[in-house]
Parts: sequence; C-alpha cells; structure tokens
Amino acid sequence: MSTLEFTLFVCAGSLLAGLVGALTGLGGSVVLVPFLTLLFKVDIRYAIGASLVSVIATSSGAAAAYVKEGISNIRIGMFLEIATTLGALLGAHLAARVSTHAIAIVFGMVLLFSAYFARKPRPLHERTLPPDPLATRLRLNGSFPDAEGDRSYNVQHVPAGWTLMFGAGALSGLLGIGSGAMKVLAMDQAMRIPFKVSTSTSNFMIGVTAAASAGVYLRRGYIDPGLAMPVMLGVLAGSLVGAKLLMRVHTKWLRLGFSLVIALLALEMLYNGLSGRI
Amino acid sequence: MPMEANWTDRRIEGAVGNLLRGGVSLAALIVFLGAIIYLVRHGLSPVEYHVFRGEPADLRTVRGIFRDTFHLRGRGIIQLGLLVLIATPVARVALSMFGFAAERDRMYVYFTAVVFLVLLYSLLGSPN
Repeated sequence: MSTLEFTLFVCAGSLLAGLVGALTGLGGSVVLVPFLTLLFKVDIRYAIGASLVSVIATSSGAAAAYVKEGISNIRIGMFLEIATTLGALLGAHLAARVSTHAIAIVFGMVLLFSAYFARKPRPLHERTLPPDPLATRLRLNGSFPDAEGDRSYNVQHVPAGWTLMFGAGALSGLLGIGSGAMKVLAMDQAMRIPFKVSTSTSNFMIGVTAAASAGVYLRRGYIDPGLAMPVMLGVLAGSLVGAKLLMRVHTKWLRLGFSLVIALLALEMLYNGLSGRI
Repeated sequence: MPMEANWTDRRIEGAVGNLLRGGVSLAALIVFLGAIIYLVRHGLSPVEYHVFRGEPADLRTVRGIFRDTFHLRGRGIIQLGLLVLIATPVARVALSMFGFAAERDRMYVYFTAVVFLVLLYSLLGSPN
C-alpha cells in the first residue's frame, strides 16, 4: 500500500470513528487502536501514540463548547486532574515496560467495560445530598443551569473518586484512550455529581490527562507524524460533524450498534493478545 | 463576594474556551500544511507500520522538531502541529492558574501548579 492510499483509508476510518464517537458520546478513541492494529496491522505502540493525539484534539474541541455553557465545574476538574495526570504518567511509563500482548489484553477488557457502560441505563439521583466536609473544604460543590433554573449539588466520597480518577489516568496513559467512561463513573457513581456535570467535566479533563502521557510518548518516539496526521485530522473532522448532527439524530440504535462493535473488537483484541499476535 | 467570584469563574471559562478552540484550530492547520508537503514528496512510497522502530531523534525533541520545520520537512511540520496540540491543554492549565490567582484562591493556585508541573515534566523531563 502506498503512503497516499494508507493516509486516505486511515483518514476515512478515523472520520467515521470520530463521527460515531461524538454521536454516541462514547468518544471515537476507544475503537481507533483496534481499528489500526487489527485492520491495518499497525504496531500497537504507534497506534496508541496516534490515538492519544486525536483524544487531545477532540476533547479540547468539545470542551471549548461545554465550558462556555457553564455546565462543567472547573474546580472539580482541576482537583481531579492532579490524580489523572499522575496516573497518566504512570500509565505512559508502564507502556514502555509491559509487553504488547499484555497491552492488548488490558485493552480488550477496557473495551468490554465500555460496551457494558454504553448499554447501562442512566441512574437518576435527583435528591440533594447533605454537604460532605472534605468536599466543602475543597470548594467542590457547585450548581449548573438546568431546565428549572440553577440546580446545586453537594459532592460526596472525594477519596474514592480521586482514586478512581488515578486509575482512569493510568489506563489513558497505557492505552492511549480518553477513558471518559471511567471518569464519568468516578464522578457520577462515586462522587454523586449530576450526570450532565460529570460528562462535561470529564470531557474537560480528558485533554489535560492525554497531554500528560502524550509528552512521554513523543519523547520516546511513539508518535509517528505520518500515522498521527490522518488519524488526528479524520477524528477531529468526524467529531465536529457529529456534534452538529447530534440534535437531529436519534442515537438509541446507534448506541446499541456501536456497543456491539466495541464488544466484538474487545473479543478480537483479547484473542490477539492471548495468542501473542499483537 | 460569591457573586463576584462566580462572575470571574465565568470569565475564566470564556477565555479557556477560546484558548482551546484556537489551539486546536492552529494545530490542525499546521498538521494539514505539513501533510501536503509530506504527501507530495512521499505519497507514492510504501508504508510499513507493522514493524516498530521508534521515531528518529529529530522528531522526538522540541528543538529537533523546530529544526525540521525550518527546513520545511513535511514530517517535521506535522510533528510541530502535534506539539502545538499537546501544548494547548498545558496552556489551558497555565491560564486557569492565573484565573485562580486573580480570585485569590490560593488552594486552587497550588492544585493547578501541581498539574502544570506534571505536564511540564512529561514534555521536558527525562526520556525514560
């Protein structure tokens, strides 16, 4: 395959990943690495480097829109970014020491979790909880514009959320994904932050987390410009189009379809990792 | 007082939003320009990404990337765009740090400084 053909195919695939990722809210990065390694036989380390770069592009683009709406909580984001960036450094350092088989196996398991997460119904905890002393001292409690005016919330279980965030950062650095699902889980399930605030704050944090490991990847020579270029431009274009279409598309069946694709990719990654093909 | 703090928060958020959008747009533009040069020169040569070699030294360091860009090498220019992209969240963190300082929120200035240092270490620290 010539460089031009390769670039066009990878760009088209990344565009689709970015589009579906934006429409389903799951992010396209989770399918990028399997797509590059399984279909194009790209070495998994190059694939992770390229994916990481595209994660920064899409999350920064999306965060720019979210931040202006005043839904994301920059204090929660900043406080938890200490955990995610430290985790990301650990993950990036692990990536150089762990075998590619092990990375593929961990990737498969994370994909399975993402597929499950995409199908799970959203929990509703509308009740206002009493303020937690630690969260109050850290000034994490906030409010956001809702259908019926401003709604305030009190953040709970700060240490548990922080620990989960460290794990999310480590996975992001090891696998080159945004690990948005795990970030949302930490905020929405553990810390009891309203779902809307959790998702937009998570998006806000993904870029900073990915940048923490991208620096390490760049200096280690894992980021190849010829591969990262079509991936980044494709995913970015796809996610921009996806964000525009979002209002007009019914995403229920798309989410179902996408989580099936993720589950299949998960099995494929596990198989390849366990049999030593990756 | 809370009203005022909230107002400053919103203003930081606006600035952060513009910075993120600007950084990503600039990065995409540079990558695109680099891509044109790269594809015009190397479009017909075969690809091999199934073997991992690691990038040459000039594409790994900030200085090397600038040197390649100066010589109008396509891969170097793409890498410069990627560097701008990686620097965008770092700049965002720096901007937030000034914002918290303006609000005299010392605790969050410290938190933000920790994140900023971790990011700098990642970009400029030891290679292994």
